[in-house]
Amino acid sequence: MLRVENLNVWFGFPPDRVDAVQSVSFQVPQGQSYGLVGESGSGKSTILRAITGLIDTWSGDIRVADQAVAGRKRSRAFHKAVQMVFQDPYASLHPRHSVDRVLSETLHLQGMHDIDRRIAQLLDAVGLGSGFRFRYPHQLSGGQRQRVAIARALAAEPRLLLLDEPTSALDVSVQAEILNLLADLRRERGLTYVMVSHDLSVVAHMCDRLAVMRQGRIVEEMDAASLRAGRAQSEYARELLTASASYDRGWSGA
Amino acid sequence: MTLLSVRDLRVSFPTRSGIFEAVRGVSFDLGRERLGVVGESGSGKSMTGRAILGLVRPPGRVTAQRLELEGQSILNLPEPQMRRLRGARISMVMQDPKFSLNPVMTVGRQIMESYRLHGKGDPRAKALEMLAAVQIRDPQRVFDAYPHEVSGGMGQRIMIAMMLAPDPDILIADEPTSALDVSVRNEVLHILDRLVRERGMGLIFISHDLNLVAQFCDRVLIMYAGRVVEELPAADLTRARHPYTQGLLNSLPRLDRPVDRLAVLQRQSSWRED
Repeated sequence: MLRVENLNVWFGFPPDRVDAVQSVSFQVPQGQSYGLVGESGSGKSTILRAITGLIDTWSGDIRVADQAVAGRKRSRAFHKAVQMVFQDPYASLHPRHSVDRVLSETLHLQGMHDIDRRIAQLLDAVGLGSGFRFRYPHQLSGGQRQRVAIARALAAEPRLLLLDEPTSALDVSVQAEILNLLADLRRERGLTYVMVSHDLSVVAHMCDRLAVMRQGRIVEEMDAASLRAGRAQSEYARELLTASASYDRGWSGA
Repeated sequence: MTLLSVRDLRVSFPTRSGIFEAVRGVSFDLGRERLGVVGESGSGKSMTGRAILGLVRPPGRVTAQRLELEGQSILNLPEPQMRRLRGARISMVMQDPKFSLNPVMTVGRQIMESYRLHGKGDPRAKALEMLAAVQIRDPQRVFDAYPHEVSGGMGQRIMIAMMLAPDPDILIADEPTSALDVSVRNEVLHILDRLVRERGMGLIFISHDLNLVAQFCDRVLIMYAGRVVEELPAADLTRARHPYTQGLLNSLPRLDRPVDRLAVLQRQSSWRED
């Protein structure tokens, strides 16, 4: 479904050029879920942004369903196949647009017909009843907003969802609801996910395989079972696993 | 010894549909220990911290049977008196250093300012000493840097240095590590831990992260809808009895326990009442 080969992403010009992603390659088969983990600045979100065309300074090969993409321009077909859900549902919804408007605009842009019925279906699919249709973002909780953001992403009936920390702005109880929703949608619709998260247990729960990133490079690729068992090959991945597992009072970083 | 004693603390705001109580009768005593306050957004945990510091702005109203700092009432003190207390006796570290540091002032000047308001002696030497105390390797360089020139973890350490410069008795840390990476998080926690032990400070650690609180704190208060629903030693958090606490714990995905679906919290209206 998604194939990324030798991806490099950079910002700025020499001598101030920053190489945010360097020779990253991975692929995600149809219907699978792939995780990208690492510290902030490791380049995991940058990869998603390069795929969707939010960044144009990249080189390498990105293929979605065997179609290569180039530069910043994406075809209509691309946006039909690939959608993104962002981290902060407080920032990614227009404060003065009602849920109805957010969804109808997206459906319209995707050239869909029968918009009225589709909005009702989308709201149903993400577990918000039709009662939410004419609400504004400030009348919704964080979890409800993220559901609207997911509904918006689903409007195009995509096959690949790019999830950038979809639950890290939410409470743990709400996180559980959203993760369950995402898992259900993947099963029902055969979706493929690429999920960026700093939370290893969330990635282990959601993903089949994952890549550990550091300073723009993939240091290790592993499956969820190895992550759960703490079987990491590289020293950095092992350190990350230990640091996430616990705050140890005897820890001596002084 | 009790540093801070809180009885029946209430914070209320008038709204169009009547009075809304954000904090509804919170009581606890804080000694020289690490007290965790856990709960979801809207549970009143941050508002409790703000009320103690007198940071609830009108028309918000704070009432309590008792709000005492080492035996002296600090409930609704006049602003000039409160200002002398704030920083010097009770300090607060906020979640995101990006929004709490002044972007157009060097780090050193900001720390010196907080020290000049409350302390004696050479502010420059003290500021450098504080930067060293929070494990900043090159204090001189950071002293002259602007906030945008330092990383998030560094920024949070600078905030802590600033808050600790006047040597407060109590530090209220509101989600101090939520914006940080795990490796940096552990470093910041380690610094807080050491300061509590070495200076005999009382720490109120507000967080939504149950696991972190269980490992880092001595005692935990669990808040729901403005009330403390359960209080227990941090080490016993996994043996929590209240269904809300249990629900929160169960909704977390765990590395060591794979599940097909995550348990979802079923809220009960009875949790709002006694």
